[in-house]
Amino acid sequence: METITCECGHVNPYGTHLCAMCGRPLSDEEKQRKIVDMRYEGSAVRSKTYNVSIVDKIWNFFSSVKVGVTLIVITLVAAAIGTLLPQTFYIPVSEADAAAYYEQVYGEFGKVYYALGLSDLYTTWWFQVIVGLLGISIIIASIDRGIPLHKSLTNQRVKRHKSFMKRQRIIAEGPASPQTLAQAEAQLQKMRYRVRREDGALLAEKNRFSRYGPYINHVGLIIFLAAIMMRVIPGVYVDESMWAREGQITAVPGMDGYYLENKEFILEFHEGQEQTDAMMEQGVNTVAKNFQTDVVLYKQPEGALPGDTSNLEVVQEYSIRVNHPLTESGYSLFQMDYRLNDELKEMTFNLTNKATNESLGAITIDLYNPEPQYVIDDETRIEILGYYPNFTGFEDGEPQTGSRFPTNPAFFFKMFTPETPEGETSFVGIQQTVESTGNNAYKMAFVDAQFTDISGLTIRKDRTIPLLFIGGFIFLVGVAIGSYWQHRRMWIQQQPDGTLLFAAHTNKNWFSLKKDVDAVREHAQLPIYIDQLAEQEQLRDQEGGRGE
Amino acid sequence: MTMLQLSGYLLYAAFIGYLIATLLFGGAIKKSPVKQQANQWEKLAVSVTVLAFIANIGYFICRWIAVKHAPVSNMFEFTAAFGMFIVGAFLVIYFMYRVPALGIVALPIAILVIGYAAMFDREVSPLVPSLQSHWLTIHVICAAIGESILAISAVAGLVYLLKNVDTTKRSKSSFWLESVMYSVMIVIGFVLASVTFSVIGYESSFDYVDKEGRDAEITYTMPAIWGMNEYVPQQEDTFTPLAETPPVINAKKLTTVTWAILFGTVLYGLIRVIARRRISTMLQPLFKRVNSDLMDEIGYRAVLIGYPIFVLGALVFAMIWAHEAWGRYWGWDPKEVWALITALFYTVFLHLRLSKGWEGEKSAWLAVIGFIIIMFNLVAVNLIIAGLHSYAS
Repeated sequence: METITCECGHVNPYGTHLCAMCGRPLSDEEKQRKIVDMRYEGSAVRSKTYNVSIVDKIWNFFSSVKVGVTLIVITLVAAAIGTLLPQTFYIPVSEADAAAYYEQVYGEFGKVYYALGLSDLYTTWWFQVIVGLLGISIIIASIDRGIPLHKSLTNQRVKRHKSFMKRQRIIAEGPASPQTLAQAEAQLQKMRYRVRREDGALLAEKNRFSRYGPYINHVGLIIFLAAIMMRVIPGVYVDESMWAREGQITAVPGMDGYYLENKEFILEFHEGQEQTDAMMEQGVNTVAKNFQTDVVLYKQPEGALPGDTSNLEVVQEYSIRVNHPLTESGYSLFQMDYRLNDELKEMTFNLTNKATNESLGAITIDLYNPEPQYVIDDETRIEILGYYPNFTGFEDGEPQTGSRFPTNPAFFFKMFTPETPEGETSFVGIQQTVESTGNNAYKMAFVDAQFTDISGLTIRKDRTIPLLFIGGFIFLVGVAIGSYWQHRRMWIQQQPDGTLLFAAHTNKNWFSLKKDVDAVREHAQLPIYIDQLAEQEQLRDQEGGRGE
Repeated sequence: MTMLQLSGYLLYAAFIGYLIATLLFGGAIKKSPVKQQANQWEKLAVSVTVLAFIANIGYFICRWIAVKHAPVSNMFEFTAAFGMFIVGAFLVIYFMYRVPALGIVALPIAILVIGYAAMFDREVSPLVPSLQSHWLTIHVICAAIGESILAISAVAGLVYLLKNVDTTKRSKSSFWLESVMYSVMIVIGFVLASVTFSVIGYESSFDYVDKEGRDAEITYTMPAIWGMNEYVPQQEDTFTPLAETPPVINAKKLTTVTWAILFGTVLYGLIRVIARRRISTMLQPLFKRVNSDLMDEIGYRAVLIGYPIFVLGALVFAMIWAHEAWGRYWGWDPKEVWALITALFYTVFLHLRLSKGWEGEKSAWLAVIGFIIIMFNLVAVNLIIAGLHSYAS
């Protein structure tokens, strides 16, 4: 590999701008500057040095800040476009009707928005590719800058070359007393600078670690992004939802072997609340205070067959509320939704004489667990020959059911009465009765139905959470280190002619650095410093001729 | 006197205090022949600001006690708190750098924000279940503090621009700087319009058909310039809308925006006619003696201080709470997305500054744009883009 040997003897890698040891400008660019570019300490950044092979080109593309910033801006703009209309997961219709919904509600714009896939923007391949490219850019840019910077920071020599000192933003030059260095050292140490001295030269340094802040936060971001990608691994991420019916035990989707009993759903309102304008606008007159489902979580014993609910063991009893999910071995169950009096639970029928309208007694059928027969007295009873919880019609004369949930229950009854000891059959559904013979003496007259509350729960497991947490934590630590601390340095050198050369640098917050320099000057005889940048500015101001 | 009334009086006192302090800061930076005198003004201005800020904190505490939760749960409470934090952030930065010029911009911004807040429903409403969490306090207050410190960078940016942009010449910078002044007038216009029509007690109701095709009714508190979809006035002798809007647009809000623009434009026009100068040109002499370098540094410093706090409050705490309440730490809800956009924008700000050397005027403009994004987040995302966070709908 090509190298540049500095006059001081240090061998720098090709592309170095400032010698890592003494700070002499090595590149033509730096030699012409009045104030040196101290970014990355003038070290040889790979992307700024090579641009020949395809690897170089790819490397340079991703390590470019311009590319990185462009990717961030694209992400930002795309994310904003995604908020113009509600995304598909927030609209109140199913996926199949989404297209029609957007067109109907938002007109032509909605139609185009949906057609372009903007209604589900955040899951599109191109959005994910941009975020992926951003991730690559973060990794490559960090390696590209971080490693040479680290090498430079650890290689610094105390004594720097005059050309380096004079090209700093804050400089001072002038006569000195023999004690200056010692006085400055004492004061700087008090100000918690790390001071090193080497034949007539002094280097005081503070908070060097803050230079690593950006690289630390980038590492955190990479861990965070990696954790998000890990979700595609099976078993790492579970996201299911269920309707838990009051009084029922239901298998929990996504959690094998677990069953959940909804004992009660509770909805409470704030009492005595007057209707505010905001509420009036929404057309509500009460504000909900609590959504709660009291549940029992069960587990099948070891080795039980799937669906066998005979020997369930209680795992825990809990009241799931908003903000207070139930947690069990990595899974969390959240209160998400509810429907009051939504589903049929029980139906009551009267065994009635068709001619006299006289009732022989009423029976109440639990629609989830109907008994095979209901006995009213010795001679009067009703057998259920068939039960169709979700009756969908007849097929070849046979009644059909769509599911096991009682959304449209129908029964095939056999009624025994003292009058009809042989029994009469009747098919009874909601608003329909079919009799096989057509001239029954008795009928099952519908009296009443009980409805049940159902509670919508979401089951989630996310094994990436700890990793996300670590990534987020590292990111914040890095951001804080980089933002709240600044790397400050002062160089003081005795020159052969007896004068003193002083320079100071910080990566940010020059205001505080100047205060530090002032504090040192109070205790050590230092010449008055100048801010070369401010001087340049002043010159420009005067040339510009603004002001009086 | 109830706690709630007391909190109202304290907020009012703070508001008046900030107004007085603004004038005093004006006195402090006016070129004074005696340096001592300018210093006296400055001391007085800062003292009044601190006193008003204490009253403002008093408002916050009293209201907290009265409503029994951190008063950041609706549009009025959050916006008022944001105004208070802006003053707090200004005081922090002021005691670091002691630049009175910041006060002349920061305090009026805080006054406008609090004035804007006062236009919303101030009634106490109980919390819905999803907001009943300590994370409401932690997440919202942390995010608001971050935003208010970021706002100070825009304040420094504006001061920088008012000093350095030649507003007497036609240029992109002078045009956009004057546009910023004009938009400030629109905010004042909104407050003026709201106050005017509420003093008159204007009210007018309409029946209409909403976007899902259902019958609904709506009450305007300003004369309806825009009508809702298929509107029918309930009263006979009422101001009838000039035009009907498609169902997806909330014509009531559009009417409010239109009135704000009308009032603001008239106000702006009057100022221009009377002063015969641009507003930015009028303000310019105030900032003649400001140190540009220092302003640039304060702007940058404010972003450095505010950014981590904002990210912590608006993204990290938000994710933790979202995970607890909804079972997912991120749901692409519009408010979440806009918090991310704000963070990404300041990320761009930092990268451009660090690597591309965007300092001075460019950096000042970015800081101003950042504040516009924050305000967009507060105003538009809450009022227009409905979502889980929307206080108003």
